[in-house]
Amino acid sequence: MKPVSRQEFRREMMPTLLAAPFLILAAAIAPPLFPVVLLWLIAWTLNVAMTSLNLPFARVLTPIIFGATLLLIWELSCRIFAIPSVILPPPSQIGISVLQNAAILWTDFVQTILKGALTGWLMGAVAAVMTAIAIDRSPFLQRGLLPIGNFVAALPIVGIAPILVMWFGFDWQSKAAVVVVMVFFPILVNMVAGLAATDQMQRDQMATWAAPYWQSLWKLRMPAAMPFLFNGLKITSTLALIGAIVAEFFGSPTKGMGFRISTAVGRLDLPLVWAEILVAAIAGTLFYGIVALLEKKVTFWHPSQRNKRA
Amino acid sequence: MTDLARAPSDKTSWRTGHADRVLPVLVVLLVIVGIWYLAAIGMNAEWVRDQAARADEDLTSGEFLRRTLILDRPVLPAPHQVASGLWDGIFGQKITSKRSLIYHGWITLSATLAGFAIGSLAGVVLAVGIVHNRAMDQSVMPWAVASQTVPILAIAPMVIVVFASAGITGLLPKAIIAAWLSFFPVLVGMVKGLRTPDAMQLDLMRSWNASDRQVFWRLRLPSSLPFLFASLKVAVAAALVGTIVGELPAGASAGLGARLLSGSYYGQTIQIWAALLAAATLAAILVALIGMIQKATLEHMGLAR
Amino acid sequence: MQGAEHPAQPVIQAQGVSLTFQTADGPIHALKDVDLTINQGDFVSFIGPSGCGKTTFLRTIAALENATGGRISVNGQSPDQARRSRAYGYVFQAPGLYPWRSIAGNISLPLEIMGFDKADRRQRIERVLELVDLAGFGGKYPWQLSGGMQQRASIARALAFDADILLMDEPFGALDEIVRDKLNEALLDLWRKTGKTIGFVTHSIPEAVYLSTRIVVMSPRPGRITKIIESPLPRNRPLDIRDSAEFIALAHEVREGLREGHGDD
Ligand SMILES: Nc1ncnc2c1ncn2[C@@H]1O[C@H](COP(=O)(O)OP(=O)(O)OP(=O)(O)O)[C@@H](O)[C@H]1O
Ligand SMILES: [Mg+2]
Repeated sequence: MKPVSRQEFRREMMPTLLAAPFLILAAAIAPPLFPVVLLWLIAWTLNVAMTSLNLPFARVLTPIIFGATLLLIWELSCRIFAIPSVILPPPSQIGISVLQNAAILWTDFVQTILKGALTGWLMGAVAAVMTAIAIDRSPFLQRGLLPIGNFVAALPIVGIAPILVMWFGFDWQSKAAVVVVMVFFPILVNMVAGLAATDQMQRDQMATWAAPYWQSLWKLRMPAAMPFLFNGLKITSTLALIGAIVAEFFGSPTKGMGFRISTAVGRLDLPLVWAEILVAAIAGTLFYGIVALLEKKVTFWHPSQRNKRA
Repeated sequence: MTDLARAPSDKTSWRTGHADRVLPVLVVLLVIVGIWYLAAIGMNAEWVRDQAARADEDLTSGEFLRRTLILDRPVLPAPHQVASGLWDGIFGQKITSKRSLIYHGWITLSATLAGFAIGSLAGVVLAVGIVHNRAMDQSVMPWAVASQTVPILAIAPMVIVVFASAGITGLLPKAIIAAWLSFFPVLVGMVKGLRTPDAMQLDLMRSWNASDRQVFWRLRLPSSLPFLFASLKVAVAAALVGTIVGELPAGASAGLGARLLSGSYYGQTIQIWAALLAAATLAAILVALIGMIQKATLEHMGLAR
Repeated sequence: MQGAEHPAQPVIQAQGVSLTFQTADGPIHALKDVDLTINQGDFVSFIGPSGCGKTTFLRTIAALENATGGRISVNGQSPDQARRSRAYGYVFQAPGLYPWRSIAGNISLPLEIMGFDKADRRQRIERVLELVDLAGFGGKYPWQLSGGMQQRASIARALAFDADILLMDEPFGALDEIVRDKLNEALLDLWRKTGKTIGFVTHSIPEAVYLSTRIVVMSPRPGRITKIIESPLPRNRPLDIRDSAEFIALAHEVREGLREGHGDD
């Protein structure tokens, strides 16, 4: 790609030009805002310049600059306006809290993410795939289960958390149970769609070879279903974390991320709350990233993966 | 059936009649209700047995079964108990009563809709900016995509508490959570949708010397609609879940989430299940509504198949 | 193995075959009263305007569609029984290779399904790759090859398990003239050597004339056979036979047949 034309550059600059008067006006009304506004304008102009000139590494640098600017503005605003840390602690304080509470954060991570979310996710995924295969030969069951599955996939399932906590107790088993229920239907619906995703010609081909059911399932429809399955697995990786954390609000042993968040909020220890949120964010991104990596390995042949390499 | 020639998704199966589509769903639902009853009997049996032992009663098996299904605080309420709890909550109470599910449902619904409207509007506007502005695209999109992997919902209660400490309660904080949750799916879906026209279609537009505006209204927007509606469905469901979770922190006294929580505090299982079912119904109605709007819009534009 | 001089033995017999698709816009008569007998070792081409039912007829023979009227027998069995006994190799209009399998893996697929052992599979894959001029490409994935190479790979796949009947639906439609000539020659060679019975759909008159022992001309609405032309050409056909007077006369006859079919619709 070559650098953009002058006309395109003007379009790139448009939001900046439009926003500038307002920002300057804001700074004029509230002078302490001035450094914040200045920082924002500089960073944004830098980004526009980088993307317009198509500098190498622009794709990596722009989001980093953007994110860093947001963090800086956050930090600056907290200091300039002396925002109390019970409302919004500055990033630096959150960083310190992470270091101070490393041991607690790790215990909570193991309890909530590894035991609750991961176990539940794996069990739910296996159950969903097996169910999809089990109902594969019965169009009747599929027609019956799919609308229900689609319906349930859109429901506020976290709501069953209090019930499952009553049934399975306070420890991670009840959290895993919530996760199983939450991830089951999205994966089921995706897997069933995936198993039906082969086109008519591919199935006709199997017919001309008189392939028995299991052969065509194993050699044609399972591989063809993989992109769909991974779609379901990716969606539910976040759901799993949500389920495990939220379920702890309804009762937990004295550890776990949800437990810590709710008690720290009670003590107005917001830096610790934010530290837990940071851990949850990192865990979520990692979880997703690992599934995406696996997807790339398994479905290397799929057009969406092939384009990424180019 | 030994082979794929007559595979389940045979194209003819989509052309089958109404009855063919409803019947399987009904049968599966019936089976679920049946399993539910069996589970209710099994899970409540121990409690009934204990009670009978304590009262030194000898129960006939018929009486025993009957009692497992009429407990006040069953481990698992039977479907008819939940149904009557739901019925009572919706029709049996004055709408202003604290025990009316309509009252709680409305509290939840209003915050959901407010948040959903704000969030999806912001998502669409930002998406339009992103497809037209490279700097915006490269700055914001990686974060928007990454944010999908973060369990934002889990921190909803905290947002409520923080707002409460600043003296802000009621609809606003919940609507903010709902808006935040519906914002990202709409943003990501809409950007994807606005980018669906392939290079050939865009080149064709260019060969006609179409302006950005024309390309947007005649090519990008129409081709993005299926994506928009798909993500709106996800977003409205997410907004509802966000609102409900936002109602969980102690202190919130109204809304379906608060019903769930108070039910769980006092072991009122029937109340929990009724609130849950009310929430499910609400979600279903919202998603179905968007589905209807989608159908009408696409038909109007001649895009429906 | 089987020469033309042997008494003709019918392999595929169609009597009054009709096929009507029920669609939302009303019935479509894709085939109507089709009578045709294909003998062992015949090379039969189907030619006709788009939508005249060539593909449908081939699919009906292969039991991918069920005729709504008439009778078809293949090797004295029903088409479905013949399919189960793996009597057909079918080449579709598009390559239809599996993107997650390499070329060799794709050719191996029907062999795995039919239970050939590993050594045999490897040997067959090598042989058919050679045959379609793709030796050395076995490790590549379909999406790394050109459209023509993909189509050749799909032909190799249909040849790999040595079915007696080969049904080909415009297999060379997407290829350039040179490659097409080459594959035509190779196909004729294979047919002569193995005595397979071949049903072949094409849009090209020269291709039909060059390859076939019989040319079936079809016309649309409803799809039916308007003319069957027996080829007087010898079974041994060098490429330059296409410049002979016999060849040109035959091509002319086919063209006339096609025109007649068009005249009455
Ligand atoms: N599955 C189907 N459902 C409904 N109609 C069909 C179906 N398959 C084919 N037809 C119709 O049957 C007729 C014959 O189709 P067919 O594919 O056999 O034509 P063809 O001779 O192979 O054409 P072409 O040369 O374009 O490949 C067409 O009018 C087509 O629309
Ligand atoms: Mg055809």
